[in-house]
Amino acid sequence: MKRLTTKIMGLAAMVLVLIPEIALAAGPKAAPLVIVADTRKFSGWEAWWTNLYNESHLYFTLLTVAIIPLVGFLFGCIADLIMGHIGIDLKSRELAEH
Amino acid sequence: MEWLYVVMPIAGVKIFWPGLIILGVGVGIIGGFFGMGGAWMVTPGLNILGFPMAFAIGTDIAHMAGKSLISTMRHGKFGNVDYKLGFIMLVGTIVGFEVGAQMVMWLERIGSVEKVVRYLYLVLLALIAWMVFADVAKRKRKEREAAAVGAQVDKLATGLEWHKTFHKLKIPPMIHFNVAQIYCSAWLPIMVSFLTGWLAGILGIGGGLIRMPALIYFIGCPTHVAVGTDLFEVMISGLYGTATYTYKGRTELVAAIIMLMGASIGAQVGTVATKYIKGYGIRIAFGLAVVGCGLSIILKLLAKGVPAYGPIFDGAATVLILGLVAAMSLYIFVRMVQGAKQEVAAKKAAAKVQLAS
Repeated sequence: MKRLTTKIMGLAAMVLVLIPEIALAAGPKAAPLVIVADTRKFSGWEAWWTNLYNESHLYFTLLTVAIIPLVGFLFGCIADLIMGHIGIDLKSRELAEH
Repeated sequence: MEWLYVVMPIAGVKIFWPGLIILGVGVGIIGGFFGMGGAWMVTPGLNILGFPMAFAIGTDIAHMAGKSLISTMRHGKFGNVDYKLGFIMLVGTIVGFEVGAQMVMWLERIGSVEKVVRYLYLVLLALIAWMVFADVAKRKRKEREAAAVGAQVDKLATGLEWHKTFHKLKIPPMIHFNVAQIYCSAWLPIMVSFLTGWLAGILGIGGGLIRMPALIYFIGCPTHVAVGTDLFEVMISGLYGTATYTYKGRTELVAAIIMLMGASIGAQVGTVATKYIKGYGIRIAFGLAVVGCGLSIILKLLAKGVPAYGPIFDGAATVLILGLVAAMSLYIFVRMVQGAKQEVAAKKAAAKVQLAS
């Protein structure tokens, strides 16, 4: 059983290492991708957002990284308030595997 | 029914937004319960809803960062987060993730990203499922052996104990992790997190799917602490992943925020459910979810390999993955409601007894 386990693990590791190589050998060479958002069908904040994306990925990234945790925290606090009304203990638990 | 669709400003695709919210709720529950971002369900889910794979990965990571923050806040209050272990693992995770993300960009240039991601998912899921069920079987054997001599297995005992071998490596500096109740070399979590981070970067996931079992089997965390600490890690690595993928132009923030609306409720439900389900209950459910996910990826690969039956296999994969998310979410939700009801009833009974005396 131990030898079989070792063999399976070895084979799995080999597949993990080889897959990118197989893909590299099989795939045709392609030009680097440049994605541009189509601003023509938007107006208002959507147009501003797509323009920001096209003009500066750096500012677009900074804003995204700031907005995500902020929205998560806000939604989390609201959900926390709702759960708090159920009446269960939300600050302790028993640590056990079975 | 046009109002049920929204055009994504960056990807330019029209998406069924209630699908995003439902996906958010389901994956929020599952993520909060298993301690992961749930990208293994969201990425194919977003792909099914109509996002190109490259955008599905980036958008998923962005939503995952916000959702994991919500779950970490709750797990932190339960005392399930070992922050020291989490911070140490960040080093390896970030370096590993960047190496993996660069590899994805390179694969994208040669046009093979979808195929490689799907194959890699499959191999990894098979390994994880095997690990979980081998652990459960071994643990049951230990219980039977103990029962045969009239003894009981310790409540924190586990089946597979590979971590004990790793703990014997005394490479300085040695560190105590108090919440996880572990004493080991600092290099162990750094190396484990590098490997899991690298895989996460390639697969475009926060790494929870790999790190949660790695924390249990290689580092030796109790299941609940593995879940909480992993979510803390997913939150940080998710934010880092959001930055790298967004800078490469692969994130759709509007979709991520719509998903977060559902995920905020789902994450709370999943996290609170861990209070009522013991460690091995979480491990078995996790193993079953991994098997279901693996099957859905096989169907997707079959759809590409046998184009004549492509639509049938594609449809079956969609049904399977959405069914899996729905079934697991429902199970976790029901267990949470049952546990909460019992706790509230016990509290009321105790209050009555106190009042009577």
